[in-house]
Parts: sequence; C-alpha cells; structure tokens
Amino acid sequence: MAGIVGYGAYIPRKRIKADEIARQWGKNPETIKRGLLLQEKSVPGFDEDTITISVAAGRSAIARAGIDPQKIGALYIGSESHPYAVKPSGTVAAEALGIGPEVHIADFEFACKAGTEAMFVALGLVEAGRVDYAMGIGADTSQGAPDDALEFSASAGGAAFVFGRDGIVAEVVETYSYTSDTADFWRREGEFYPRHGGRFTGEPAYFKHVLAASRAILEKTGLKAEDFAYAVFHMPNGKFPLSAGKQLGFKKEQLETGWIVPTMGNTYSGSSPTGLAAILDVAKPDDLILITSFGSGAGSDSFVLKATKRLPEVQGLAPTVRSMLDGPRQYMTYGEYAKFREKIIVNE
Amino acid sequence: MREVAIIGAGMTRFGELWNQSLRQMFVEAAAEALNDAGADRIDSMYVGCMSGGQFTGQEHLGPLMADQFGMAGVASVHVESACASGGVALRQAFIEVASGMSDLVLAVGIEKMTDGADVTNVLATAADQELEVYYGVTFPGLYAMIARAHMQAYGTTEEDLAWVSVKNHRHGAKNEKAQFPSEFTVEQVMSSSMVAEPLRLLHCSPVSDGAAAVLLCPLDQAKDYTDKPVKIVGSSLATGSLALADREDPAFLDSVQKSGEGAYKMAGVGPRDIQVAEVHDCFSIAEICCIEALGFVERGKGGPAAREGFTAIGGCIPVNTSGGLKAKGHPVGATGVAQAIEIFRQLRGEAGARQVENARLGLAQNMGGSGASSVVHIFQGV
Repeated sequence: MAGIVGYGAYIPRKRIKADEIARQWGKNPETIKRGLLLQEKSVPGFDEDTITISVAAGRSAIARAGIDPQKIGALYIGSESHPYAVKPSGTVAAEALGIGPEVHIADFEFACKAGTEAMFVALGLVEAGRVDYAMGIGADTSQGAPDDALEFSASAGGAAFVFGRDGIVAEVVETYSYTSDTADFWRREGEFYPRHGGRFTGEPAYFKHVLAASRAILEKTGLKAEDFAYAVFHMPNGKFPLSAGKQLGFKKEQLETGWIVPTMGNTYSGSSPTGLAAILDVAKPDDLILITSFGSGAGSDSFVLKATKRLPEVQGLAPTVRSMLDGPRQYMTYGEYAKFREKIIVNE
Repeated sequence: MREVAIIGAGMTRFGELWNQSLRQMFVEAAAEALNDAGADRIDSMYVGCMSGGQFTGQEHLGPLMADQFGMAGVASVHVESACASGGVALRQAFIEVASGMSDLVLAVGIEKMTDGADVTNVLATAADQELEVYYGVTFPGLYAMIARAHMQAYGTTEEDLAWVSVKNHRHGAKNEKAQFPSEFTVEQVMSSSMVAEPLRLLHCSPVSDGAAAVLLCPLDQAKDYTDKPVKIVGSSLATGSLALADREDPAFLDSVQKSGEGAYKMAGVGPRDIQVAEVHDCFSIAEICCIEALGFVERGKGGPAAREGFTAIGGCIPVNTSGGLKAKGHPVGATGVAQAIEIFRQLRGEAGARQVENARLGLAQNMGGSGASSVVHIFQGV
C-alpha cells in the first residue's frame, strides 16, 4: 500500500477583494459575491512565482514526512504558470529543497488538473517500486485577463505531497481518471491570458468530467457519499464545487473544510490539492477523503484517501492552510494589483 | 388562393444544446413534424435562420438541410429576417401552398447560438450598422431606450416590466421544452443584474439553441394526414425603419401594428376575437409594446396588463402561454415557428397544463430587430 507520507501548502499573504476589482470595472460586487461566491483572492508578491510556491509547499511536505530529501527519487510540478516556457521549474525547486541530483524531474501541464496529474504519476512510481519516495506538486500564479470574470478568481498558491510506502499519513485507496477532448478553456503559445468558452466551461466541461470521475471512483470502491468525512472538488469559483458535491450526494459539512475558494480564489493547478491539504490539516485517523480535480481540455483525476494514525502526529509540523488563509494579510488596491500582476506597460 | 392548414409539428427542447449541431437539431425537428403528420415526402421547404454563417460558419442552409434530411432534390431555400426568420419561413411556406404551386411544404426555424460566436455582436448585425451599431448600440441598449420612452410617455414602471417576466416564467414552468422552466418573484426579477437600464437580466430572453418545424398542406388534403388540422386564416408581413431613431414614436412598434392589421383583415377578425397569442417578448418591454400594437390593449395601456393578470392564463387574452421567448428560450431563427407550434397545440387542445380552455382562434407575432420587421399569423382550429 502506498500513500501520502507528507504534505504542505503555501498561500501568498497579498490579497485583493472582489469589491475592489468590481469597483475598477463598474461591476456590481454583490452580483459577484452572490453569484460566484468569491470574497477575495490571493495575489503573488513580486518575488513569488510557481517555483517559490512549490519550494515553500515542498519544505512543509518534507518536514511532515520527516524524511531525508535525498531519498526523493522523483519530483513533478504541475502548473499553468511555469515561469519558463523552456527550462523546468522542477530543477530549481529540487535544488532548493535538497533533492537530487539522483532524481527524475518533469514539469506537467493539464490546465487546472496538472497538480493531481503530478500526484498521480508520483504515486504510480512509488507503487511500482521504482522509487522510495516521489513528490507531486500543484502550484500556480494564475492568469486572468483584465475585465474577464476570471479576474475575480485567478489567484496564487499551491500544495505539495510526498508519496511513499513507509510512514503513510493518508493511504491512497483508489484512483480514477476521466478524460475527453473538450476545448472549454485554453491559452495558446505566446498568449498572455487564457481564453474560455463562457458557459461552455460549465455543464459540458467541469460538471461532465468532475461528476463522471467522482461517480466512477465511488462505483469502483463501492463507497457512498455518506461514507466520507470530507470531499473536495476543483474550485474555479465558489458555486461549481458546491453544486457538484450536492449532485453527488455530499452535505455541506463534508465540503466546507476543503472549500477554501471564497477567500483564496482559484489557484488553478493548486486548487483542489490545496483544498486537500486543508482537509489533511484537520482529518482524524480512518477518515475517508475524496478529491476530484478538473483540468480544462479536459479531464478529472479522482483519489480516495484514508487517513492513518500517523496523520495527527504531523499536522502541527508545518503551517496549516487555514493559518495562511486567515493569518496576516496585505490588501491591495487595483492599481497595486495591476502593477504586481504586470498589467501595466512600462519602459524597459 | 387555396385554404392552408398545419398538419404536423416538431421541435427540439430549447436551451444550451451543447451536444447538438445545427444540422442535428434540424433533422430532429423536421423528422418529428413529418412523423406527426404521417407524411413521407415534401415538395419543398423553407429554412428560417438568422445567421448560421456568423454563429456557426455555415451558410447555404437550403440544400444542406434538405440533404441532411434525406430529401436532396426538393426545392429548399434559406430565408432571413433577423429574429423574424422563422415567422417569415412559415409565411413563405403558406404562400407556396396557398398559390397551388406545391402541396406539402415544410417550414423550419433554426438557430445554433452557443457555438462560440460573440452573440451580442452577431445579433447587432440586425440593427442599422451605419446609424446605430457604428455608435456602439446593442439590442439590450435599443430595447432599454424603447422602455425608457414608454415609461416617460405612459408612466410604465420597472415593476410593470418585471411582471411580464414573472408571468411568462409561470407559463414556461409548465412547458417541458422550455430552457428555463422555473418561476421567479417580482423581487427576484427586480434585483437581478442590470444589463441596460432599466432592463435587468431577468427582463431579457436568453441565448439558446433550438429548431422547430411545421408541415403545411392544402386544407382539402389535410384529413389525409390528421384529424385535427389547424387552419392558417391570416398572414401578414410588415416592415418599419431599421433604426429606432428614424421612427415617429420610439415607444410604438408600427410594423407590428401594420402586420397585425393585415392579418386581422385577411382572417376577417379583430383583436378581441383572439383567444390565445404568442408575441415576441425578446425583452419584457417588447411584450408590452406588442400587445398594444396588436390592439389587445389600448396604446399606452400595456404596462399593467401582466400585473393585472389580463395576459396570464385564465385572463382575458393569455399571452405567451409557452413561456414566451423569456422562459422558453430564444434561438432567434427558430422562434417564429415555435410560436406557431404553441398556437397549433393550443387550438388542438394539446397544451397540457398550460391549455387555454376552448381556444379556437390564436395569433402568433414574430419580429426582427427592434421591430423593423414583423410577421403575424392567425390560426383557427378545425
């Protein structure tokens, strides 16, 4: 049996409120807050990117795993915002985390499910016995065009998971992936902001894949919604994951712990993984957890996890997701936000 | 002219039909209409569609749809009059049968709006490019100006507008083909997002996909196909200026009045004889203007009609029993034919929970743009 032996997350301190973005564009903030269930979102600082988020989350994961980073034989980072188009994020992160050089590294991309994709492959290598430990990370400094609905959600953060066979904090009971060619959201080479198909991103994309993957893993495991202590679904906004959860028979109490989007925003590849980290922060031994990601293009990965007796021993070894979400925050004006997100054109 | 009847009807559900293409929707509606009548051939057909070209990149719909339907070889042509394309397709089919040129003619309305096109801009091509669109005007903006003019001239209120949506959603909740078969309160309508003041989201018809088809034949052959044909006793098409600013009174739709008068004259009836009507409520203010122009209420008195129940099922003249464009959905080219189908069902007593009791005479009014074209048909149960 393989599973998660250590986990960690990171969310930047800088935030912008939905009211501030709405004010800038002459939109009604109540419509956004009520319609999308978004209050505020995290914003990366000048010195923060997918690599620094990965390193911060990775350090916490290694601390909780309590292992020598040299034993990590594979490191995969899934992101839509790798700082380089050519040159891996993983090599920089590995060096900073003390991993390697005897390590296999790759950067993954699958829109918002690149993070669970990295976790999926890391788990597979451990299960196969090819490496003792492997790390999968989902992290993003998400892009959203000015005056696009995405601007209210696209945020920064991520989570890292070390998989192994010894010292497991959450066993992986089952996995399931569901994928189809569905062009709901994309960003072409050289383009700065993603484009999307508006309402096409809903029913035929998000809901079709999230519901199909979740239903299939429930059937595969013979489990029912009520058997789970927690469930988390990819969070493009506040509404979609609650609606998906409800359709699958989950209750609010099972969803609210991982439903961190109202104040974090959508950290794209880091979204459902960070929600999972928030659940692992509080889960008790034997709790069953369902996570289903969604990546445009499109696909969903589902994992059923079961917390072990070791989990409560490691929860306090690194910052919790809630402590970063609710802790010290620095609120930005839209002008500062535009500067930080490089939306202002300046001379070289 | 020969007397003409509708002998069969078919339509898709209206809504965001992500898994159905333009041609698939066509075949579903057209096949249902032929099966409904038990017909295995047609002589000719008209395809009403506002902009297959801009919405999906597909033009030349006449032969395409005939071929897709297994009818390659028959006369088939695409007709366009913006959002009145469906009503105009029906009128062309009616004229062809009435003239004696053909016996079995299919009128189909169709639109695929959710294929990724910029819907607001595509729809705006039905406004005056030089006098309106060039300055940035969109249809919600044009109808908002009509609403403001009506409010100023007659004291119509935002609550009056909201009641049109409330009533049509009540009706639409009883229609299994409707895109939004759900009821709303006046408060919900009046607190929905502002689109173009004073029009809010729930004053506006949605973006929809759908197709609707009716099969026509001479009345004296109708009994070969159905026991319950519905006669088309009036048909009239009228035009007005494309640009709102060119009209004498922006709060009144002249083309709707002209098309109504033409149809009443042909049918030998008046507005008080109509027992059920479908009118073009692309925005809530449009229904208010249409019921005035059609003579259901006096000019300037359309505002309170929905609030007072005058136009609700059970009222004096039930309007938009299908839910109207607001609740049923508005795949623009399909709308005119779908309206005819609602009246067809009502006059045959097949409208289920939304049936208007003993309806014998019904009217459908379909318009293009901000009222630059309007087509009215009057139907009679046989």
